[in-house]
Amino acid sequence: MEAFETVEMSTDLLIVGGGMSACGAAYEASYWAKKNNLKVLLVDKAAMDRSGAVAMGLSAINTYIGIDRNENTPEDFVQYVQNDQMGTVREDLVYDVARHVDSSVHLFEKWGLPIWKDAEGNYQRAGRWQIMINGESYKVIVAEAAKNALGVDNIIERLFIVRLLTDANDPKRIAGAAGFSVRENKVYFIKAKAICCMCGGAVHIFRPRSVGEGLGRTWYPPWNAGSNYAMMAQVGAELAQMESRFIPTRFKDGYGPVGAWFLFFKSSATNAFDEEYIHNTDVLKPWAPYDSAKPVPTPLRNHQMMLESMEGRGPVFMRTERAIAALAEKYKDDPKEYKKKMKELESEAWEDFLDMTISQALLWAGQNIFPEEKKSEIMAAEPYFIGSHASHAGMWVSGPADLAPPEWNWGYNRMTTINGLFTAGDGVGCSAHKFSSGSHAEGRIAGKAAIKFLVDNPGDVNLDSSKFEGIKAEILKPLKTYEEGKSYTVTDDITPNYIRPKMFLFRLNKIMDEYAGGTSMWYTTNKAMLERALEELRMLYEDSKFLGASDLHELMRAWENYHRLWTSEAHVRHILFREETRYPGYYYRADYKEVLDQANWKVFTISRWDPETRKWSIRKEPVKEFLQP
Amino acid sequence: MPSYVIDEKCDGCKGQDRTACMYICPNDLMVLDAERMKGYNQEPEFCWECYNCVKICPQQAIDVRGYADFVPMGASVVPLRGSEDIMWTVKFRNGTIKRFKFPIRTTAEGSAVPDGGYAEGPGDLNDQNLWTEPASLGVDALPTKK
Ligand SMILES: Cc1cc2nc3c(=O)[nH]c(=O)nc-3n(C[C@H](O)[C@H](O)[C@H](O)COP(=O)(O)OP(=O)(O)OC[C@H]3O[C@@H](n4cnc5c(N)ncnc54)[C@H](O)[C@@H]3O)c2cc1C
Ligand code: SF4
Ligand code: SF4
Repeated sequence: MEAFETVEMSTDLLIVGGGMSACGAAYEASYWAKKNNLKVLLVDKAAMDRSGAVAMGLSAINTYIGIDRNENTPEDFVQYVQNDQMGTVREDLVYDVARHVDSSVHLFEKWGLPIWKDAEGNYQRAGRWQIMINGESYKVIVAEAAKNALGVDNIIERLFIVRLLTDANDPKRIAGAAGFSVRENKVYFIKAKAICCMCGGAVHIFRPRSVGEGLGRTWYPPWNAGSNYAMMAQVGAELAQMESRFIPTRFKDGYGPVGAWFLFFKSSATNAFDEEYIHNTDVLKPWAPYDSAKPVPTPLRNHQMMLESMEGRGPVFMRTERAIAALAEKYKDDPKEYKKKMKELESEAWEDFLDMTISQALLWAGQNIFPEEKKSEIMAAEPYFIGSHASHAGMWVSGPADLAPPEWNWGYNRMTTINGLFTAGDGVGCSAHKFSSGSHAEGRIAGKAAIKFLVDNPGDVNLDSSKFEGIKAEILKPLKTYEEGKSYTVTDDITPNYIRPKMFLFRLNKIMDEYAGGTSMWYTTNKAMLERALEELRMLYEDSKFLGASDLHELMRAWENYHRLWTSEAHVRHILFREETRYPGYYYRADYKEVLDQANWKVFTISRWDPETRKWSIRKEPVKEFLQP
Repeated sequence: MPSYVIDEKCDGCKGQDRTACMYICPNDLMVLDAERMKGYNQEPEFCWECYNCVKICPQQAIDVRGYADFVPMGASVVPLRGSEDIMWTVKFRNGTIKRFKFPIRTTAEGSAVPDGGYAEGPGDLNDQNLWTEPASLGVDALPTKK
């Protein structure tokens, strides 16, 4: 095996990740750090211009309150999110995002993001909370402002963080991180007095619907591998609501967005018999009072739609042709205006895909689908983890001093239960519907709080450098395993000596899909199946010692899959703990099919892996509703 | 084969200090075959078809072929990204061609000013206002619990 250089660095604040939250954190922290003479370093496994979930661009900003024009209040937003997530979000965290998010959106516009305006010059709404953008360069622009604020000398790209490190004398105190460069033979040890860990959500936990060339065409981008949940859990930080997986309903196979079609084009969706499933409200009754919430919670809408397929009334179609005809109807007596309107609608429809899911445009072109002429199929995807969307898995964090009840405020906003370790966006649990803008705003909140932590706690941290060699060997182990094992057989792919990252991934996907409620089981599982999942995951964990990687790229894949394994185990433990079908449309416990455990419903599920005993524990924490209008 | 490199057009980004496609791919898929001086996608089944390599290639040597396991053949979607807008050419399986042009940004590349021209705010680590707040919110004071 080639030699690897050990690089030791030291900083006050380390930001891990370069996505929406990390850009917000870098932007905000750079301002407060300058005032207080502190150093900030950001590392990202990819290139910040196009890293994270917004890499391709977006066609809408999904969270904008409109506080300045009294369109909505933060309280309205709290009520909406609480309903959508069936009563299980932290109102202090949601309110906090709502009161700051407009500031981030206004900055995006100043930095150069084109936002659609209506006739009066106000942001064009697509729905109550959404605004439309020309967002091809959304991430480029947001990253540019973060880089300009932080300075490019304080950024290292293509550095994959494998694990976080705690203080040698205090296991509850963060002290640094270790990782490797995906480009050069270098292993990094970065000492940091505070860390913002902001590595997005997780995909390829469950087997995707497409497993050939289309394996990468998951709705969620294939490059966020659950590093957030895994790395923070491994140092003993508490996880919250890991049962809250997310299943988006999207255009079938391309996973193109449906939001603009439902909200902006006012489209309907029908089954094989031309019936609109949203009127099938009887099936929602077991989940009262959320069956009558307006709008219907996302999981329940999924549930209605999934029943169509599960009970043989599919395929389900988005009636794009009817929606466009209805919108153009107004102009039908004026042929010139009609033609103009149709052209405008067509262009808006295609931009929705071209700005954020280009594959869907390619699929429509391949299938000769002209949306103004032909309906198009929609389908529920495989499960993902994304704490910033219509789901809320993540870490258990401290809330804002002026809003959080005392037991939810341990000093620093968005700090996990490990001192000095902060997160935001997909990393914060119990706080859904942040989306791109709210994740940026939350990154800013955490970035500022981390600097406050550093100012209040000026003492140094201790990393046990005698352990570096051992950690380095562990990080590079898959390369060594491959080198030593590969010549035993004629070809290097099949040998009893190691498991390649891709096969490890397939094994994980098969376990999760078949035992933990993936698409092949129509999202259904039960206690005995989940226990089987844990048994199989345990053996997969043992076999992670035999991961073999032929180069730096595969070494990254090996560690990504290790992070996925941890995320998977946390999820299985959470849905096993909940004796109910907590979010129908996201997953079903066949042993508690239509049960909403009323006595235990309004609680958060919080788990912790203890680094000393190496055991998981899980507890409940009552929900508090106190910030709605 | 999601993204693919057209042999004849790729010059391996010679003359540049790094290959553009390799620099940008969020999933670390594009690599350079140093012997042939050609870029290629090393793991096409993990391609998201995000088109970032396509948009950045100075030779326009990269294109995307829809995932063979579910996209019927014959279509293409080709971007041309400038400094202010992007032009898309969509070719359907039946030969129909449609073109769309959308703005991408309103400021010059690299010119984003972090504070956006908003006033600084109280600059107090112990209150809830962020860097440019409340000015960037457009209200006099940051909302809090009534
Ligand atoms: C398909 C899709 C469509 C969406 N559509 C919209 C929309 O229309 N409107 C909207 O407002 N929001 C939308 N969202 C939501 C939005 O993208 C997310 O809310 C937001 O990106 C979350 O920010 P984040 O910082 O938590 O994660 P991300 O932005 O994904 O950033 C994660 C970062 O972590 C880095 N990273 C990961 N692991 C490591 C590691 N081990 N070491 C170092 N770096 C690492 C990644 O490279 C990346 O830079 C959409 C999301 C998806 C997936
Ligand atoms: S960016 Fe284009 S020219 Fe450069 S190596 Fe990649 S494919 Fe070849
Ligand atoms: S399309 Fe995107 S994911 Fe695929 S190779 Fe190009 S940059 Fe990478």
